[in-house]
Amino acid sequence: MAAAGSRMDLRRALADALVGGFVAAALAFPMLGFRLEDSSTGLSLGLRMGWVAAAAAVVFAGRLALTLLAGTRRPRSGPLERLGERFAGTRHWAGWAMIGLAAVLPFLPFADRNLVDKATMVLIYVMLGWGLNIVVGLAGLLDLGFVAFYAVGAYSYAILSETFGLSFWVCLPLAGLFAAGFGLALGFPVLRLRGDYLAIVTLGFGEIIRVILQNWVDVTNGPNGISGIDRPTLFGLSFSAMAPEGQPTFADFFGIDYSAEHRVTFLYFIILAMALLTNLFTLRIRRLPVGRAWEALREDEIACRSLGLNPTTVKLSAFATGAMFAGFAGSFFATRQGFISPESFTFIESAVILAIVVLGGMGSQIGVVLAALLLVGLPEWFRELQQYRMLAFGGAMVLIMLWRPSGLLASRSPTISLGAAK
Amino acid sequence: MTAPLLDVEHLTMRFGGLFAVNDLSFSAARGAITAVIGPNGAGKTTLFNCITGFYKPQVGRLTLRHPSRGEMLLERLPDHRITSRAGVARTFQNIRLFPRMSVLENLIVAQHTVLMRASGYSLAGLLGLARYRDAEAAAVDKARHWLDKVELTRHADDEAGSLPYGSQRRLEIARAMCTDPVLLCLDEPAAGLNPRESAELNTLLTGIRDEHGIGLLLIEHDMSVVMGISDHVVVLDYGRKIAEGTPAQVRADPAVIRAYLGEEEDEPLPPEVAQDLKGSGHA
Repeated sequence: MAAAGSRMDLRRALADALVGGFVAAALAFPMLGFRLEDSSTGLSLGLRMGWVAAAAAVVFAGRLALTLLAGTRRPRSGPLERLGERFAGTRHWAGWAMIGLAAVLPFLPFADRNLVDKATMVLIYVMLGWGLNIVVGLAGLLDLGFVAFYAVGAYSYAILSETFGLSFWVCLPLAGLFAAGFGLALGFPVLRLRGDYLAIVTLGFGEIIRVILQNWVDVTNGPNGISGIDRPTLFGLSFSAMAPEGQPTFADFFGIDYSAEHRVTFLYFIILAMALLTNLFTLRIRRLPVGRAWEALREDEIACRSLGLNPTTVKLSAFATGAMFAGFAGSFFATRQGFISPESFTFIESAVILAIVVLGGMGSQIGVVLAALLLVGLPEWFRELQQYRMLAFGGAMVLIMLWRPSGLLASRSPTISLGAAK
Repeated sequence: MTAPLLDVEHLTMRFGGLFAVNDLSFSAARGAITAVIGPNGAGKTTLFNCITGFYKPQVGRLTLRHPSRGEMLLERLPDHRITSRAGVARTFQNIRLFPRMSVLENLIVAQHTVLMRASGYSLAGLLGLARYRDAEAAAVDKARHWLDKVELTRHADDEAGSLPYGSQRRLEIARAMCTDPVLLCLDEPAAGLNPRESAELNTLLTGIRDEHGIGLLLIEHDMSVVMGISDHVVVLDYGRKIAEGTPAQVRADPAVIRAYLGEEEDEPLPPEVAQDLKGSGHA
């Protein structure tokens, strides 16, 4: 009986793999099968059926292996699953370890300027992810235009510092406030929308902001962007080689030789501190009535109303808070790059930030860090892969969907517990 | 004789050409259980949605007399103010908990209005001031009280969505009570409960009535609950009130029997209905 059953399984698996192979061949034929050849007489079309055959063979073998393995594999014990479960137990410890590693990263022997620079980039996205996590993960409001607030923050700082000569540290809170204001402005018209409709409107809002930045040349300098944005100082000590108007530079003050790495390290620590503050804020606000109201709103809006929660204020506060952190991150982005243009704030940025939140597991703080490393860090490090980057990206997404459909670390711990009762 | 807790006067709610509730008037007293019964589609849930502000009626007046905050016209308040200001809490026919939040969190969210004020609209809470910590401890105490009442203390830290059906029903009632209501509206609290669970529900509801002295408004199909615990019964059919009185009066009312069983009165009652009506008499 068992032998007959397994023979049936094998036959079914073979048939399934054959179908997969055919589909692969059909897809590969137009995509891989043709090749433009540059010959002396001009361009000609060549065939490379070997590639098509190889693609079909790979899919056939892979599909067969997957089906046969799936029969033996118990559900809920995929490698990622196990990793996630093991990690969940040590999450608290892992969080502190990550913070410790981040704090000493620039002083590690292998840390060069390049690494610190990339880590800064990852941290910007971690911070954006944590900001969006408030809106999407906690309040459950799908926001596809988050980059708009990032842009508002960046341009607020750039314009304020160009026009009024204000320093980064003065502009940072102002940029956050402006972005929060835009969050409220977006929040009002979309109060009645949920789910897909909300996502579409926020997507439109993100595009509107970008188009305004591109066309309001008098204020934003249009597509040329704003350059020469002021760098941040450490209590008035600048990090440039030559300080203007006799101000001391960081290197002068401490009597060390000037090095461009000082500024890179300094910027890294600013964004690290800002990101950690965002995290601290989120952890804290989750335990406050507002945070619980956000989560309750995500769970059931009608029940919220029946308990006396005003959905208007709950939604607006979530939008404004998330936007504020995007504004902070934006003004940091501006001061780090020294140059911003509307091109930095396209829809793909919103998509990446949202992907970080969803991939990390909605509402999970450490998940956001892992996802940001995966989505921003890895592509930075593997630039040599060139055009295969997007292929690997898509492949990783498919794997995650298969093994961890609710995100890398999707588990929620209650914000309050009745410890004594246990 | 004090004025009733809730006065419903000439309430009319129309959806297009359909009168879901038509010129309905009745009162609900403090410290009493008022049941609203009627066949499916009689307008019971629409009535609840009007009282709790989810619908705005076209005609009629809903007067609530709050013992400490005075008289309020419910049809003029937005739904969340009806709970937070007027003290009307409700449960839902299809349970609406916050399924992925813990049982305790469900009860804490219900005390949002109080906690929000105590946390200085989050500022004091963000800074970790003692005032908020005390308020939160008080909120947990109240939640614990209600958890004990509905026998869910053991499951306080479990996800609300993972509880069995009967426990979810009890949790929803506990959550509504955590808002400190003066009027508790229950939409079919016994639906889907087994006989033992619905007997426990009776004890819980009469306990709430007697200890807290609040008014309860109840939609129910389970006659053992309605006849067993209600002090006053209002019968609706096609959006109109067809009878009103004590359970015994209503049970004997020919109009009620007609609405439930149709016009053919010479046909004998189906045995299970007859037994139900008889059996609940001494409950």
